[in-house]
Amino acid sequence: MEIELTDEQKLLRDTVRRFAEEVVGPRAKEIDESGEFPRDFFDRAGELGLAGVSVPDEHGGAGMDTVSYCLVIEEVSRLCATSGVILSVNNSLVCDPLLKFGNDEQKREFLRPLAAGEKLGCFALTEPGAGSDAAALRSTARRDGDDYVLNGNKVFITNGTDADVALVFASVDLAKKHKGIAAFIVPTGIPGYSHGTHEFKLGVNASGTTELAFTDMRVPARQRLGEEGEGFKIAMATLDGGRIGIAAQAIGIAQAAFEEALAYAQQREQFGHHLADFQAIQFYLADMATEIDAARLLTWKAAWTKDQKKRFTLEAAHAKLFASEMAQRVTNKALQIHGGYGYTKEYNVERYFRDARITEIYEGTSEIQKMVIADWVLHHD
Amino acid sequence: MATVLSAPSAAAGVDFSLSAEQELLVEQVRRFAEERIRPGVARRDREHRFPAEVIAEMAELGLLGMLVEEAYGGAGADSLTYALAVEEVARVCPSTAVTMSVTNSVCCWPISRFGSDRLKRAALPGLAAGGQLGGFGLTEPGSGSDAGSLRTRAVRDGDSWVLSGEKAWITNAGFASWYVVFASTDPPAGKRGLSAFVVPADAPGFAVGEPEEKLGLRASRTAPLVFADCRIPAGNLLGEEGQGFRIALATLDHSRLGIAAQAVGIHRRALELAVAYARDRVQFGAPIAEHQAIRFKLAQMSTELAAARALTYAAALVSDQPGQAERAGRLAAQAKLYASEAANRACAESLQIHGGNGFHQDYEISRLYRDVRVTTIYEGTSEMQRLVIARVLLRG
Repeated sequence: MEIELTDEQKLLRDTVRRFAEEVVGPRAKEIDESGEFPRDFFDRAGELGLAGVSVPDEHGGAGMDTVSYCLVIEEVSRLCATSGVILSVNNSLVCDPLLKFGNDEQKREFLRPLAAGEKLGCFALTEPGAGSDAAALRSTARRDGDDYVLNGNKVFITNGTDADVALVFASVDLAKKHKGIAAFIVPTGIPGYSHGTHEFKLGVNASGTTELAFTDMRVPARQRLGEEGEGFKIAMATLDGGRIGIAAQAIGIAQAAFEEALAYAQQREQFGHHLADFQAIQFYLADMATEIDAARLLTWKAAWTKDQKKRFTLEAAHAKLFASEMAQRVTNKALQIHGGYGYTKEYNVERYFRDARITEIYEGTSEIQKMVIADWVLHHD
Repeated sequence: MATVLSAPSAAAGVDFSLSAEQELLVEQVRRFAEERIRPGVARRDREHRFPAEVIAEMAELGLLGMLVEEAYGGAGADSLTYALAVEEVARVCPSTAVTMSVTNSVCCWPISRFGSDRLKRAALPGLAAGGQLGGFGLTEPGSGSDAGSLRTRAVRDGDSWVLSGEKAWITNAGFASWYVVFASTDPPAGKRGLSAFVVPADAPGFAVGEPEEKLGLRASRTAPLVFADCRIPAGNLLGEEGQGFRIALATLDHSRLGIAAQAVGIHRRALELAVAYARDRVQFGAPIAEHQAIRFKLAQMSTELAAARALTYAAALVSDQPGQAERAGRLAAQAKLYASEAANRACAESLQIHGGNGFHQDYEISRLYRDVRVTTIYEGTSEMQRLVIARVLLRG
């Protein structure tokens, strides 16, 4: 066992931290308020290799391992959770399945520009009536000659306002339920594809969340990812990896909140003492640091397990559940330590508190993680 | 017993696998615990009987001097290997685990670390390989978390030290052959006047009081020690005069790994028992494992177990790395804090899943529920761990 990063990983972490502090951080508050999608951040992240961190060089990515990917998402999210999820979606939910399930032609045509950050991807699974119960989706794909014709609606699609490529899940046979689902690689400019406007949200406000609509949208059969009926399996395998990214995002948010609470406690005076002199505040800080360390270890363990080419469903669910709920507790306590100031827009903790909330919901709610873990515990010991 | 002293180079990167030697040891200790410790567990608990016969076998396996260098009869194991062994024993019998942990962590470890060669040669071979047990005398009736306020005195008299005072809550008291004991050699200097001594059980003036009746860990022995002009050789001073408090803190920094590992072992068993019971127990026409309320409890216990384990193993790993004392101390405190609190929650939830049966002494979980309670108290309460962690955070 070892928990030290390699020299390369440390260098990567420092590089990404500098990028996040110099480029992303200064505008994090502004885009949170305006909701403006930070496409320029994505472009510059792409130049650094952060759009396809774990995609091999020959497919346009940076060719690094999954622990490195965690470091990237944590460091970016530490300054801006919105930018963290934009990158996480492109890496985990679009590049990763294309790498794993795509054929050579699909990798050449679609994976390469996504991994290089020349194009932005989104993942279109969720529908108005199919959230946690993804298999209940109603979008359809009807085979017509060399094409499929897609109809349906998607909601809550991160990167949706700006994406160049969408990975779309639709059913070729609704009667077959999850066994009828297929995945399609869809360039977003094609006829029949449309997206809504940016939706204002409680947190991660500039991540381009919107709805998509497909109206007799014609997609060539060669853009089907995997076989007909494999879509649900692809979606679930993809979300296992996505959960590692969201866990890392939660850790980045919590780390920022912790650092600012620690600094504030040492500077703010009440009753003639710094807040940090009070045992109650010290105990909050001790618990926060402990839980952040535990979350990071769980997340690295999931990443390491993935890199060992072993099944990592349990490890990813552990990491995502623990890290997201940890981030909720840590940002809440950080806000509490800031008192009334923490409730204002003058301090970042207000944003961290809002941003942390979604990590317990997207890419599988805490309840879905618990279903996955309980199933594992009851059947795999 | 495997020897795993070589740490992989820092450039190797994150790796959560155990070495082949560690896997082997885990397997060996697991089998030993199931076959040799398990059969008498419930009875020893009921009868408050010390597991003497089990201890003799553990000594043969090398489980009592795991951290002691091979030159002094020990296994020379790394701290992670030690934590893994404690976890396996605690999963079956937390009382036996603390008996083992005290001998290894708070008796052998400080003697190995701070003792002179002569003292090590006198005490360690018997502890590490001779079936002897160790004890640790820090706590007194009036000084628990505030260890620096202890009142036991040691006065130099020619070639001897003469100790007088009383120690409380001493694990292994009466069964141990050697005790690491803290006493003041310079009362006006406060905690800077504390010194550490190695006291053999046959020293004149040394006596053991009546065993305590405890909520849990009933098969582990806890009793007071009495020093009535107890005379020991001058060479039994551990380290230098005045270093006692530093030795006590360093020892506790390390020993917290043992208690964290004990908590992890108990947590694991609480989850195993809950899973087995939830599968078997039928209510409303179906196993209670079909109910989401029960499944979510299992998921939470599993997640917290993974977190406690990760912290404990990481703390053990870092504790062996040179130049990392502060980080190691913080990690060990975090591991002990989190693992003990999580194990308490897990035992409470597991008992809840067992319903009324869990409240009955015939069910193992009722014992674990009692046993686990002390893990947030001894070798530094949760509150002391938070103070230790906060001190490091605020210094950095």
